[in-house]
Amino acid sequence: MMKQETVEVNAGYLIILTLIAISIGGLVEIVPLFYVEGTIEEVKTADGKDAVRPYTPLEQLGRDLYTKEGCYTCHSQMIRPFRDEALRFGHYSLAAESQYDHPFQWGSMRRGPDLARVGGKYSSAWQAKHLNDPRDVVPESIMPGYPWLRSNDLDYSDIVAKMTTLRKVGVPYSDDDAGYQANVEKFGEKVAKTLDINKAEDNIMLQAKKGNYDGDPSRLTEMDALIAYLQVLGTMVDFNQYDEKYFIDFR
Amino acid sequence: MSKVYKDPITGVETTGHVWDDTLMEFNNPLPMWWIWTFYATVIFAIVYWVIYPSWPSGLVEKGYFIGTSEITYQNTDKKGTTTAQTTHWNTRALLAYEMQNDENELKRKKYLKEVAAMSYDDIAKDSDKSSFVRSYGKGIFGDYCAACHQTGGQGVIGHYPNLVDDAWLWGGSAAEIQKTISDGRKGNMPSFAKTLSDTEITNVANFVLSLSGTEHDVASAKEGKLIFNGKGGCMACHTPAGTGLAALGSANLTDKIWTQADVPHAKDKVAVVSAVVKSGIQREMPTWKTRLSEDEIKVLVAYVKLLSAE
Repeated sequence: MMKQETVEVNAGYLIILTLIAISIGGLVEIVPLFYVEGTIEEVKTADGKDAVRPYTPLEQLGRDLYTKEGCYTCHSQMIRPFRDEALRFGHYSLAAESQYDHPFQWGSMRRGPDLARVGGKYSSAWQAKHLNDPRDVVPESIMPGYPWLRSNDLDYSDIVAKMTTLRKVGVPYSDDDAGYQANVEKFGEKVAKTLDINKAEDNIMLQAKKGNYDGDPSRLTEMDALIAYLQVLGTMVDFNQYDEKYFIDFR
Repeated sequence: MSKVYKDPITGVETTGHVWDDTLMEFNNPLPMWWIWTFYATVIFAIVYWVIYPSWPSGLVEKGYFIGTSEITYQNTDKKGTTTAQTTHWNTRALLAYEMQNDENELKRKKYLKEVAAMSYDDIAKDSDKSSFVRSYGKGIFGDYCAACHQTGGQGVIGHYPNLVDDAWLWGGSAAEIQKTISDGRKGNMPSFAKTLSDTEITNVANFVLSLSGTEHDVASAKEGKLIFNGKGGCMACHTPAGTGLAALGSANLTDKIWTQADVPHAKDKVAVVSAVVKSGIQREMPTWKTRLSEDEIKVLVAYVKLLSAE
């Protein structure tokens, strides 16, 4: 039998055996991903388009702020299939709902409540007030205030680079006509327009103006972007269209 | 193998490395208790891996482990047909099963159904049902409503209406509260900063204060009345008497209840009312019918009614 010392003093043995040990660890993590297609639920809108869409440029910038400000350190975005969570937060999260998240914000720490379905739960005015100083609206809250979101202008100078990068990892933003047409087919025209990288800056302005998330239409602030993101969380899938069995069969 | 080194004093084998002339490291074997503990953790990891289940061995699905046998749940499809479905163990099916069979869940559903079938008056009279409304309603209220209306329903002056007083912007009957919760409301008062001058706004503010008998400048209020009923057009929503219209959600200005300007606590009462006239009001109550079931909304209405009755 080979002694431990033999391996330690022979570089050749050491290299080969280390490689074998590492590949076992790697394969265990990688192989399940070959079957990931079957675990992402197919969810459609009423007119047969994909229900889950990539974030609009404004929402994407809001998402970047979400990670920058470290929201994920206290808030999860993963409703687990438990009765108490179903009663409090709503339908359990689907794999499909975070398919365009890079990286996903599931998290595991819940110092604050889960945010997977917070979209539309509170008005944008409430969100703005709450983010500015949570104790204005929830006296017992332990969340810190983020008053600079309201005063900082939104920096969107790198939105094209950001969307192009996300495209490289599989988010279907379009930068040419063929890509746009594919998106029209997949998501419908209204959504496809928001995914056009060339129109990103116009789309940011358009959505911020229409949504007026921070209550100050004269300025485009970080608050606008973050609230636009929060208000879309968990709202894309219409669960009334599907029965229990449909989602269970993906497991 | 290379040469075996031994410590000259103890005779124990060393690694052969020498530091500072005489410092050497013994090459003793690992203690047996350590080795066996190590092997035990390896075996534990493999067993855990299969049972967890990380490895699709098929054993879990076949029910060889406690609590992981097949699950049968009732599925109601979109056509309304309910059939029993049996599937291998997974957390989604387990949730469906629990929502249909868990003792507490069945109790919750039973009470919810009974409350939904009762009139609001009957709920208030039935101590068992109203205590259910109080505890279950408190949960829903705490999660969805308290963020704005506060835990006790007292609201925030200037932002969110008080639900425990007798004043209702959109009507305080059960049916009206139910509509408010299901469909949401959009409160909208235009800004008068551009249409009225500062003096005119001050006059209107004095008139508004006079409506509820709050201290005010009488001469200014007299001027304000003309603007209220004329140029300002305030009476269109607030009515010429200032009592407001529930259909529009316009506030009653004749009671002493203030939801927007904090008149009772303000030093300069005219200024706080003027500020509201100047800026206007944009308020929104979200729609809840997409999030809460009809029965849950009914409990919520009953809960709010109980809150305001106390």
